[in-house]
Amino acid sequence: MTRISTGGLIDRSKTLRFRFDGTNYSGRPGDTLASALLANGVRLMGRSFKYHRPRGVLSAGPEEPSALVELRSGARREPNIPAPVVELFHGLEASSQNRFPSLGFDLMAVNGLLAPLFSAGFYYKTFMWPASWWEKLYEPLIRHAAGLGRAATEDDPDSYDRAHLFCDVLVVGSGPAGLAAALAAGRRGARVVLCESGPLLGGRLLAEHTEIDGMPGPAWAAATEAALRDCPGVTILRRTTVAAVFDHGSYVAVERVADHKPVPDSHEPRQRVWRIVAKRCVLAAGAFERLATFGDNDRPGVMLAGAVRTYLNRYAVLPGRAPVVATSGDDGWRTVADCVRLGIGVAAIIDRRSEITSQQRQLAEASGAQLLLGGRIARVYGGTGLYGLDVEDAAGKRQFVSTELLAVAGGWNPAVQLACHLGGKPVWSEHTQAFVPGTLPPGMSVAGAARGTFGLAAALAEGSAAGAAAADGTGFAGSAPAVPRADDAATTPAPIWFLAGGRGKAFVDFQHDVTTADIAQAQQEGFVSVEHMKRYTTHGMATDQGKTGGVAGMAAMAALTGRSMAETGTTLHRPPYTPIAIGALAGHHRGKDFRPTRRTPAHDWAAEQGASFVETGPWLRAEWFTQPGERTWLQSCTREVNAVRGGVGVCDVSTLGKIEIVGPDAGAFLDFLYINTFSTLPVGRVRYGTMLREDGFVFDDGTTARLAPDRWVMTTTTANAPRVLQHMEFVHQVLRPDWRVAFVSVTDQWAQFAVAGPRARSVIAAVLDAGFDVSDAAFPFMAAGNFTSLGGVETRLFRISFSGEQAYEIGVPSAYGDALVRKIAAAGAVPYGLEALSVMRIEKGHPAGGELNGQTTAMDLGMGRMMSSKKDFIGRAMAQRPALRDPQRPALVGLKPVKAGDRLRAGAHLLPRTATHRIENDQGWISSVAFSPSLNSWIGLGLLANGPARHGEIIRTLDPVRGGNALAEVVSPCFIDPDGVRLRG
Amino acid sequence: MRIPCPHCGERGNDEFFYLGAAGLTRPAADAQPEAWHDYVYLRDNPAGKHSELWQHAHGCRRWLVVTRDTRTHAVFSAVDATP
Ligand SMILES: [Zn+2]
Repeated sequence: MTRISTGGLIDRSKTLRFRFDGTNYSGRPGDTLASALLANGVRLMGRSFKYHRPRGVLSAGPEEPSALVELRSGARREPNIPAPVVELFHGLEASSQNRFPSLGFDLMAVNGLLAPLFSAGFYYKTFMWPASWWEKLYEPLIRHAAGLGRAATEDDPDSYDRAHLFCDVLVVGSGPAGLAAALAAGRRGARVVLCESGPLLGGRLLAEHTEIDGMPGPAWAAATEAALRDCPGVTILRRTTVAAVFDHGSYVAVERVADHKPVPDSHEPRQRVWRIVAKRCVLAAGAFERLATFGDNDRPGVMLAGAVRTYLNRYAVLPGRAPVVATSGDDGWRTVADCVRLGIGVAAIIDRRSEITSQQRQLAEASGAQLLLGGRIARVYGGTGLYGLDVEDAAGKRQFVSTELLAVAGGWNPAVQLACHLGGKPVWSEHTQAFVPGTLPPGMSVAGAARGTFGLAAALAEGSAAGAAAADGTGFAGSAPAVPRADDAATTPAPIWFLAGGRGKAFVDFQHDVTTADIAQAQQEGFVSVEHMKRYTTHGMATDQGKTGGVAGMAAMAALTGRSMAETGTTLHRPPYTPIAIGALAGHHRGKDFRPTRRTPAHDWAAEQGASFVETGPWLRAEWFTQPGERTWLQSCTREVNAVRGGVGVCDVSTLGKIEIVGPDAGAFLDFLYINTFSTLPVGRVRYGTMLREDGFVFDDGTTARLAPDRWVMTTTTANAPRVLQHMEFVHQVLRPDWRVAFVSVTDQWAQFAVAGPRARSVIAAVLDAGFDVSDAAFPFMAAGNFTSLGGVETRLFRISFSGEQAYEIGVPSAYGDALVRKIAAAGAVPYGLEALSVMRIEKGHPAGGELNGQTTAMDLGMGRMMSSKKDFIGRAMAQRPALRDPQRPALVGLKPVKAGDRLRAGAHLLPRTATHRIENDQGWISSVAFSPSLNSWIGLGLLANGPARHGEIIRTLDPVRGGNALAEVVSPCFIDPDGVRLRG
Repeated sequence: MRIPCPHCGERGNDEFFYLGAAGLTRPAADAQPEAWHDYVYLRDNPAGKHSELWQHAHGCRRWLVVTRDTRTHAVFSAVDATP
């Protein structure tokens, strides 16, 4: 055990049991998985991606590249979780990744010996040749090796939430700068949202030994949190990471609501995605300590010096015996100071510099360490765990030091990521020896370490000023805020520590196993631009996005090319800042909740009748009604068709779009929308119409009735209902704003049923209230009118026919739909579904979905003559293009198999009978097929080149996918009652 | 993106439906085919200030002319498309 007996933000009164790789351990509330493992002496936590190198924990935060674990098991198993951000809970289960058969002994570590195979650009080179090896060797090899952890294979049992927030000032990060900013803005009355990715507010205050306003850092953070809770406009979101910045002050944050529990509480989401709209943002995201490059810098036991302080101060854990501190500036000395304060002997201190302060000399003496100024690390010992170092002094004298922990302080990189999401490039600051935010997103300011301001007092001052200024900018002015007081000595920023030489691989990307040798190879091969180098070597492309090693790799390239860091530049930062679970982005929109389900008013009735439902867009529509004894859908469908053609049937057509149009210019408006004329339609009549897009192709079709001189009701296809309304709004508001017309969708307000068959009239007469005359003379084909049914309920009746039979559509307000359909059925109408409807429309040659596919013209569909030449309408001009009027264009025909019983297939190609089966001979396709009970044969509609002139010709229908090859006769698309005797009957 | 609807106030772009360039004049019925071709197919693709038609589909359902910078998404104005 390496737990320090006092201090830290852990609760020693409670014990949490957990398992890692099948072994039981215990930790304390307040621990992370990483700190608890270190407290148990576990240093080996994973294997690397390419070389399967043993890896420990490098950092203490979300930047962790090495200690990635699979968390939980079964359906909740989640891969690639950084152990330092996993809050320990009782019963936690985690396992290491990318090792076979075990973490300590990994056969795949032989990859390290094959390093040349996996060098920079290996994706592009190794697997290119010979091509025939791809399928058998390379792909399985990549699939086996790729990725680290395994995703769950079962459905995610948890739910995810989405929520919105609006505020004046968003503060990202709750370190000293963020807390000071939130307090300054909150005290002025601004609505403030403070997001902290961890469970506690305080940021580095929880990890460092500091004092603010006379209080220890964590106590000051707690007191400030209490003060923020007293500000009425302040919202604090803990465990919430701001992941992305979008335009106009839009931010996306992910709250890990229940990730710190074994499972979410009942009705609790696991995570919640916040959309935050903020007038101002103070970015106080802090900084990431960067790794130093030297041979074997990835061995378990090599850690960032700041992370060592986090484990010492926050978690009361000494991550390894007899630590060695290596630093390129003043920062590493804080780790020495913490060790001295906690009574931990330091084995050696290596400072890149030859001069240090007298206080630092005193610290070195107090720590008992050997001091090597101007020294370096010559060799790292320990494969699965550091046990010693060869260190070299300025004179080159080398000696062995026994140690389990090397704390490396190579400087800090401001967390500039969010400042760059809108394209702003970070700029190299010689003063801070780091990239700092450049052009900021509008409304954003940066304070503290994220801006390259590393001192505590300076961060507090910057935070206060930024919070006050942000509040000012949103109308909450006030006097200058009191700046919390801290006395910290000014420090000199550390330069990037690039130690060429040394033995072993020097990694600049731990997660993707990219080394300085890979960077050198990229440079030799001309991939000098950091964006090219990144893609060629995959440097910075892993889940950690190069937070610790990114700048080190760029420094390596800068050194190789002799350019400055400013000239070398850095790669673009894109959202998300840290990985987001796809489930969190999907929220509730998954499975059946992906979109709303729309049910018609007659849904329950249809279900009672044995309906099978099919999704058409969001709607559920009855396909057919299975009756006792029917084994196939075709049996049900055929029975329904026969029932309609031999008697009477009822079909729910409520899903058709219905748009009510009023106003003195409504007739002109319809004339402009449709290819044919409506303004001349008398009141009490209905007409079929076709709409084009402005490019001349068919958009939609349906019927429109005139109910009063200035009142019309239009129907659209089910699929296009929203688009037609939008199109009408565009035409009216943008093209014809002067016309006095108004319209509204009434699709949901009316239930509508088709009643069809030779006995349709008698059913309608029985359904309507007494006293109405619906005889053919009083209410002929294409009549429309207002009636009542169900005892005075407003009822619309249209004598239109899609089936070709004597038919009506009858509509009532939705609330009466169920009662009406039951009355229609009671009057003798047999329920029929979408399939029977489709069979009958194909028998009649009416175009529908398969024909109205966005690529057909009115001429193609045999409706060329409907196009009025006396008026302008949408699509008129473009429909006149010669190519669209070419008779060789595929046009609508009927198709009937030559051999009785042959089946036609939608999608089949149409070829001349004797032509070879080549695409050059393709003359069209079959768009719809049906088994016609009336003809006792499969029939089809198709689009065939010059089709209307080829009736009687035998052609080939070729369906290579399903092996179809039937001869068919080209016939009129109207198979039944071509003179329309039945529908007028 | 946030779009300031002149009727509803500033709203997220997920409430809007995008169509394309604004400011096109539909040719007269008897205009030459070239004019129709230009109207239906030809669009400018400026890097910078650009006026476009957006419909506030999940709001007031008005068509708007939104002028923005295509490089920065800065919105200069949003007015009703009906003059
Ligand atoms: Zn609006």
